[in-house]
Formats: sequence, structure tokens, C-alpha cells
Amino acid sequence: MNLRKYLKVYKKFLHTSLASELEYKTNILVDLITAILSLVGSIFLLSIFFQNNGYIGGWKFEQALIIQAIYTILNGITNTWFNPNLTEIVKHIREGTLDFVLLKPIDSQFFISLKKINPSGFLEIMLGFFLLLFCIRINQINLSLSFISLSLITISCSICILYSLWFFISTTTIWFVKTWNAIEVLRSFLYIGRFPLNSFSFSLRVFFSIFIPIAFITTIPSEVFLGLSQYWKILLEVIVASVFLITSRKFWLFALKFYSSASS
Amino acid sequence: MLEYRVEIALWAISGIIPFFMLNIWTSNNLNESINISDVMLSRYFLCAFFVRQFSVVWVVFSFEEDSLMGKVSPYLIQPLNPFFRYFAQHLAEQITRFPFALIIAFFFFIFNPESLWIPNLGILLLSIVSTFLSFLIQFLIQSIVACLCFWTEKASSIERLLFIPTLFLSGLLAPVVSFPAYVKSWIYLTPFPYLIDFPANLLSGNDTNISGGLSMQILWIFLLFPLFKKIWSEGTKKYTAMGS
Repeated sequence: MNLRKYLKVYKKFLHTSLASELEYKTNILVDLITAILSLVGSIFLLSIFFQNNGYIGGWKFEQALIIQAIYTILNGITNTWFNPNLTEIVKHIREGTLDFVLLKPIDSQFFISLKKINPSGFLEIMLGFFLLLFCIRINQINLSLSFISLSLITISCSICILYSLWFFISTTTIWFVKTWNAIEVLRSFLYIGRFPLNSFSFSLRVFFSIFIPIAFITTIPSEVFLGLSQYWKILLEVIVASVFLITSRKFWLFALKFYSSASS
Repeated sequence: MLEYRVEIALWAISGIIPFFMLNIWTSNNLNESINISDVMLSRYFLCAFFVRQFSVVWVVFSFEEDSLMGKVSPYLIQPLNPFFRYFAQHLAEQITRFPFALIIAFFFFIFNPESLWIPNLGILLLSIVSTFLSFLIQFLIQSIVACLCFWTEKASSIERLLFIPTLFLSGLLAPVVSFPAYVKSWIYLTPFPYLIDFPANLLSGNDTNISGGLSMQILWIFLLFPLFKKIWSEGTKKYTAMGS
């Protein structure tokens, strides 16, 4: 692994994909409005839940807003990096152009996971950050070094889990060729990350912590923000994230053995 | 269509968000405040799932792809509006989706046996009609957006924008009765509640104004259809046959 080389290559990736995306400037504006509306919509939904109740699953409205903020940041990251690249992976495999990627003297997972970037996701990330800052103010959270480092750790773990989930599904394209609908299923499951895990019934809670660890993605970082999280939960998230990352890597290398190219 | 059974099964699964919402409503006893019993609410969300399954439209995405690849040119020569082709595709897929939706409903009743009910034939027919009308409204709106492909390359991002109010206001995530008064005062003038909330209320036997709902649906179709005609005839004049 030559870190310098990879950084240099990544800079080139950024440059080329930004240049091509900025061709569609109105598109970026439309995406920004979409992100804002979608945040307004989910806060509206949340306010319906809270209109006659003070607590949902033990969370106050102000506290549940933190989950929305973290979800928005993570969704922005998904839209910036995971979604456009995943679309590319599916195309590579269907059209057989993965051959060219594999021939390059660079790690194939690095290449296909970071090749593209969608700048409109940045705006969504910023939107999430603003909401998060607002939440820090209304919940009167004291910023301290340990708190900031813990929240950074948990959020980066969430990003790793999210990345692994997306990458895992896109890897299955090697066998199934068409995975659009599997992506839709993942999307709809991720949607519940907008709500505190405790607001669901026990069986769903178990499902979303063990089978698809959506619980870890938003609820644990939000608990860290509120100072509610126990250390074992954070440790568990770190373990889950590393297991997911390692498995997705292993799975990619395993899947490549079955790649038989197409139309060439 | 039967070739893609797995695809369609996954599609059906991806529509289960209403069930997650139902779970939030019932596990927090939120429905007490809006005077809907657990059973009625679970029927409502099941019906919302069904209505969504049979009214979902993706014509923008098909049309955008065909237009970018230049496939629209041969369609334009044919003496039939190309949107009929997409319309037929949608209908065919809805029929294929029916058994999968039934399987999901079956599982739903296993977990919630108390909410099992049989709507009477008249209500069933009326709700099928209103679901179809809801499908028509969404198909027309999306076709209008799809026609924007003649002016811009990426009409699908406009569709994604329009999808947000559809998602939150149509009643898929929360029944419209539960909305705060400042939203309820104007929402019935928009097409959104007639997309999912109205047919789902009708089918599940919740209170709803049947004749009012149906006439609003028909009114929206009569408003949207000439608009589609207009934008289609304007658009085809602008058509530049990309990619061919």
C-alpha cells in the first residue's frame, strides 16, 4: 500500500467527477431543494408523532431531532459517495468493463468505491451539520474533548457500517447482475434509521440490531451526543463496524473469483 | 414480466415502510390521540401498502433512459403515443406484483390476526376503482415530468423532488387525519391525499367521504390530462433525437 499514490489518484478522481457533475448545475439546485424538503418532511412527521405525547420510546422531541441530524449527514454521505459509485459498479459488471478496472495497478475496491462523487450530497451534509449544531444548543450539550472524540468515533463507525452494507449489495451484482431492487429494499430499511430504536416493538428492535444493524448507525451516535450511551455500546459498535468492513473486503475478493466478464 | 420474479418480490418488500410506521404508532400508543383503534390503524396501513403497490409509477425513469439512448425516435414514428407503451408495462407489472402483495398480507395477518377483515364487494370494487384513479393521477404527473426530458437531460431529479411531498403528504407514513390542523386546512385541495390516504381509508373501512374523494380524483385527472397533451405536443417539437 502506497498511501501517497492513492491520495494522488484520489485527487484526480475528485477533479474529474466534480468537473463532469458541475455540468448539470440546475440539477444540483434541484437536489438541494429535495434535501431540504425531505428534512422538513421528516421533522413534520416527527412532530405528528409528538403532538400529543411528550416522549416516544423515551426520547423527547429535541432529542429525536439529533437522530434526524445524524441521519441527514449520513444520507448526504451516501448520496455523495456510496450511491453514485454503486451505480457504476453495477454498470461495470453488466457491461464487462470491470476487466479494465481489474487490470489497473491499483486496488480494485479502492477504485470502484471512490471513483465518482456527487457534489449535491455535500449540501445535505452541511444541512445535517447545521441541524446538529442547533440540537447541541437546544439540548444544552457541553462540548468537551472526550465527548467530541467519542462522537467522531461512533459516527465514523456508522459510516463504515453503511459503506459495508452498500458495498456488500453491489458485490452481489457479480452473481445476480440486476440488483436495483435489492438496493431499494436496503433503502427502505435504512429509512427507519430516522427514528429512535426504542420506538419500535421488541421484535423489530432485535431484527434491526442483529440482522441489519441500522440501530447502530444512528441511535448509538445520538445517545453519545446526549451522554446516555454506555461504553459497552460504543465498543460494540466499533466491533460491529470492523467486522462489517473486513467481511465486505473478504466478500469482494471472494466474489471476484466468480467474475466471468461479459460481452467480451 | 414473469422473468423477473425475484426483482418484483424485492420491489414488494421495499414497500413495507408503512408497516414500520404502524409499528411506531402502536408501540407508543400514539393512535389514542387521534381516535383510531389499533385494529383500524393496522388495517389502514395494510391498505396503504396495497394502494402503494398498485399505484407506484416509474415512467420518468424509463422515459429518461429511452430518451437519452435515442430509443424514443422509432417510437415517435409509430402511430401511437409512446406513453401507451409505458402504461401497458406498468399494468403488466402490477398484475405480476399481486401474488407477492398477497403473500405479504398473509404474513401480516399471521402477526396481527385480530385485524383480519373482509370488505364487502361494493367497497372492494370502489376502492379498486379509486386505486386505479390514484395510479392514473400519478402516471399523468410523472408523464408531465418525463416530458421535461425534451428540455433538460435529467428529469428524474425533478421527479425525486416531487416524490418528497408525495411521500409525506399522501398518507403513506401517517394517516392524513393525524395531521395538524394547519396542514389539514389546505391539504385536501392538493392531489396528495387522494393518492394513498383516500383509497386506503375506503378499503380499510375508516371514515371517508366517498363521493367527494372520487370526484376530486376525477377532477385532478381532467386537469392533468390536457396539461400532459400540451406539454407532449410542445416537447415533441423540441425533440432532437439524442444519442442516435
